Amino acid sequence: MAVAKLEQLAKSVVQGPTMATGAVPVKDWMDVSAIFKPGNYAYQAKQEKVEYLNSQKGLHFPNAREWSPEDDDWKLPENWKEIILKGLKERLDKFRSLKIFMDCCVRCGACADKCHFFLGTGDPKNMPVLRAELLRSIYRNDFTLGGKLLGKMAGAREMTVGVLKEWFMYSYQCTECRRCSVFCPYGIDTAEVTMMLRELLHLVGVGINWILEPVSNSNRTGNHMGLQPHTFKDNVDFLADDIENLTGIKTNHSFNRKGAEVLFITPSADVFAEPGLYTAMGYLMLFEHIGLDYTWSTYASEGGNFGLFTNNETMKKLNGKMYAEAKRLGVKYIIGGECGHMWRVVHQYMDTMNGPADFLEVPKSPMTGTTFHNAASTKMVHISEFTADLIKHGKLNLDKSRNAHVKATFHDSCNPARAMGLLDEPRYILDHVVDGWVEMPENTIREQTFCCGSGTGLNTDEIMELRMRSGLPRANAVKHVIDKHAVNMLSCVCAIDRATLTSLMNYWNPGCNVCGVSELVGNALIMEGENRQELTEGLRTLV
Amino acid sequence: MKYAFSFLAVIALILIAGLGSQIPGMQYLFGVVLPYLAIMLFVGGFVYRVMDWAKSPVPFSIPTTCGQGSSLDFIKQDKLECPTTTTEVAGRMFLEIFFFRSLFRNTKSEIHDGPKVTYESSKWLWLFALIFHYSFLVIVLRHMRFFLEPVPFVLSILEGVDSMLQIGQPAMYLTDVFILVGLLFLYGRRLITRHVKYISLNNDYFPLVLIFSIAVTGILMRYFLRTDIDIINIKNLAIGLVTFSPVIGAKIGAIFYIHLFLVCTLLAYFPFSKLMHMGGVFMSPTRNMANNSRSKRHINPWNDPEIKPHSYAGYEDEFREFMVDAGIPVEKELAAAEDKA
Ligand code: HEM
Ligand code: SF4
Ligand code: SF4
Repeated sequence: MAVAKLEQLAKSVVQGPTMATGAVPVKDWMDVSAIFKPGNYAYQAKQEKVEYLNSQKGLHFPNAREWSPEDDDWKLPENWKEIILKGLKERLDKFRSLKIFMDCCVRCGACADKCHFFLGTGDPKNMPVLRAELLRSIYRNDFTLGGKLLGKMAGAREMTVGVLKEWFMYSYQCTECRRCSVFCPYGIDTAEVTMMLRELLHLVGVGINWILEPVSNSNRTGNHMGLQPHTFKDNVDFLADDIENLTGIKTNHSFNRKGAEVLFITPSADVFAEPGLYTAMGYLMLFEHIGLDYTWSTYASEGGNFGLFTNNETMKKLNGKMYAEAKRLGVKYIIGGECGHMWRVVHQYMDTMNGPADFLEVPKSPMTGTTFHNAASTKMVHISEFTADLIKHGKLNLDKSRNAHVKATFHDSCNPARAMGLLDEPRYILDHVVDGWVEMPENTIREQTFCCGSGTGLNTDEIMELRMRSGLPRANAVKHVIDKHAVNMLSCVCAIDRATLTSLMNYWNPGCNVCGVSELVGNALIMEGENRQELTEGLRTLV
Repeated sequence: MKYAFSFLAVIALILIAGLGSQIPGMQYLFGVVLPYLAIMLFVGGFVYRVMDWAKSPVPFSIPTTCGQGSSLDFIKQDKLECPTTTTEVAGRMFLEIFFFRSLFRNTKSEIHDGPKVTYESSKWLWLFALIFHYSFLVIVLRHMRFFLEPVPFVLSILEGVDSMLQIGQPAMYLTDVFILVGLLFLYGRRLITRHVKYISLNNDYFPLVLIFSIAVTGILMRYFLRTDIDIINIKNLAIGLVTFSPVIGAKIGAIFYIHLFLVCTLLAYFPFSKLMHMGGVFMSPTRNMANNSRSKRHINPWNDPEIKPHSYAGYEDEFREFMVDAGIPVEKELAAAEDKA
């Protein structure tokens, strides 16, 4: 699917007759059906992936088959409607959030223009409130008195295949970023609604490949990329070789080593592709610099968790490896690398799902003696917390001028910002490793940050135009600081961002690069015994 | 046409009460039976709904963090936007409930040529929502004067403040004006703001028109149709209702029955509608939970211990040869594993 040229899209988002630009649809939203055509949907999951997952203990991914969203017949199970309604009932009983979010919306519309998908596509069903109404209308019909008595008059409608298709379309045009939830007077979190929709869809075999394939990989090989143990090790070793070439420092890293003090887990994308590779080099250098006794794991070689984008059971199963491996290796605690959705899982779900981690110790930095009380139970520390603490105690030898080629700004990833409250640690680090970095406009950062537009497993190429549209608000805020302050580097603490923002910048703001904060730390480190070349591009310099 | 429907519905209600209450003998129905019924529905329904919510657990700790969390001691926590203790959560909830904190953040976005997306602060909804809600609250509180004898001192103060402008006879209450203005704004934006219009349902227009009509009939009684009603009889009825010995005196006036009937409708409708946001706002997990899930384990009552990760043993069995080749430590050496096999 060819992506629209920049000039076309730039015009289309402003002038297209959409709700975001001032046009009003003539038809009531209930009368508009979802139509799938190449480019507007992510590919359906492959049959063998669904079969594999369904065969795994504790997981339920039924109805594996060949099908396509473009077909009229989705080959749903005969009793699909019963399955969906029963599934909804079950979830209402399991999640108070769902019940409250179904019941309390007053349709004030405060959330409407807060969603990047709405701003970029202008599709009214991308207003968070309408996204939720897609489910709420069914809920009313089958679970509320008003809906049962008054039907359509009370905003209820019957569950049909058409509705199911609509659910598929719009639950995969939401990145569960929670921005809408910040503005809602009742904190209604459409991300929760999307999660429920996706869970329900999986009950009848409707899912996308870009999520289920990484999930299968992660289950089997330990990481989304499907890197087998030796390949994973090779990849890290390559990065270590690069570091040696650039700085003359040989790093002392290990894999699956029992008795290490710390287990380090980061998204596998960091050891797989640019620009994440440079972030991973930053980790290796940082740990070398401070002489941390740590190990990588090939079994728990994935920080990310695409299970979060399917259902809570899968999230739990994938996440379970972290504690299982920490226990097997006998480490004291875990440090986690830079990643957004990974930290949603670690911060808000891991301990509940797979704890208590009573075989670990409350994390304490061996260099500074700081105890991380905020991680007292989960026993997992964010690399930015760990690094900021090192800097505060003067344990890092840093030279900002080594980042002289960088004029940085900082992108808050959705999950650290809105599901964790990790805002100032990366900023503190930036203050100490680069000169004069700048903030984007205030309504686009911190808790109001805009999503990269491709989170929750939507970073697949077949929906590139959609991604460029939904990424517009973020890209536009970056453009603002490029024009004003000649920014050339968009820094972040998320592995998905490093990949997706790169595509986004290449499209909207060519010339602006993307990096992890740890890359900038690596650049600035003055290491003992170094024999550093003239690195005009930091770790990216070709020598 | 949804907005027109809400008018029809309320007009029908007004006709029912206006005509019905004039049929001899029906005053008891409109003055006593329906109010009791409505109160029962309101209280019963409200309690039922809240209990029903409470029945579902909160399996995960999912606060939406809107500021810096508690972390290192040199990083300043935003205690009200990202609370970790119960006191801090209470602070956050207080701001939400009394000042509509989240709505205060509201912005309006526009896309201009370039493209350039802008977000300008937009506090109108917040302002008029506050005006409406506080006026409603004050009006409800002021009505307590009908049910209480003697009238408590605080109520007299409230009335004094509310009528401090001393316009007209009887003195005009500010909240009477404010609630109408608030409702007109809220209704108007449903007609004018395109995306709000598009999402609005009957259930959104109806309560606004209903409350508007309640306010208007109330105002009519107080300022314009004073002679049609007998305030003493009304107070007697009200006190009779709360002491479970209601008496209907003569000459209460149709306008009063209309007012009362609309209030009964609101009470009965309340628990089955979006008006339950009054209860929900207290129970929303994204707002009423502490952001402490890493320091204190949150328990999920239905957590399934049977869901275990793909085991390390299974992983090593599949990849042992590669691991040994690559020099990655293994639990079972190749020979040992083969012996067993
Ligand atoms: C704890 C108590 C309450 C809180 C915190 C609260 C808060 C809010 C907020 C923040 C809104 C959204 C803004 C708006 O559209 O006006 C709203 C809407 C609304 N509230 Fe309340 N509310 C409460 C109780 C009530 C009560 C008792 C009523 C009256 C019966 C009521 C009637 C309404 C109505 C009708 C709307 C929708 C306005 C519209 O359609 O635009 N609320 N409420
Ligand atoms: S902001 Fe909240 S209450 Fe208002 S429309 Fe959106 S979800 Fe509903
Ligand atoms: S969670 Fe994010 S993507 Fe989903 S509806 Fe809300 S603002 Fe849009």
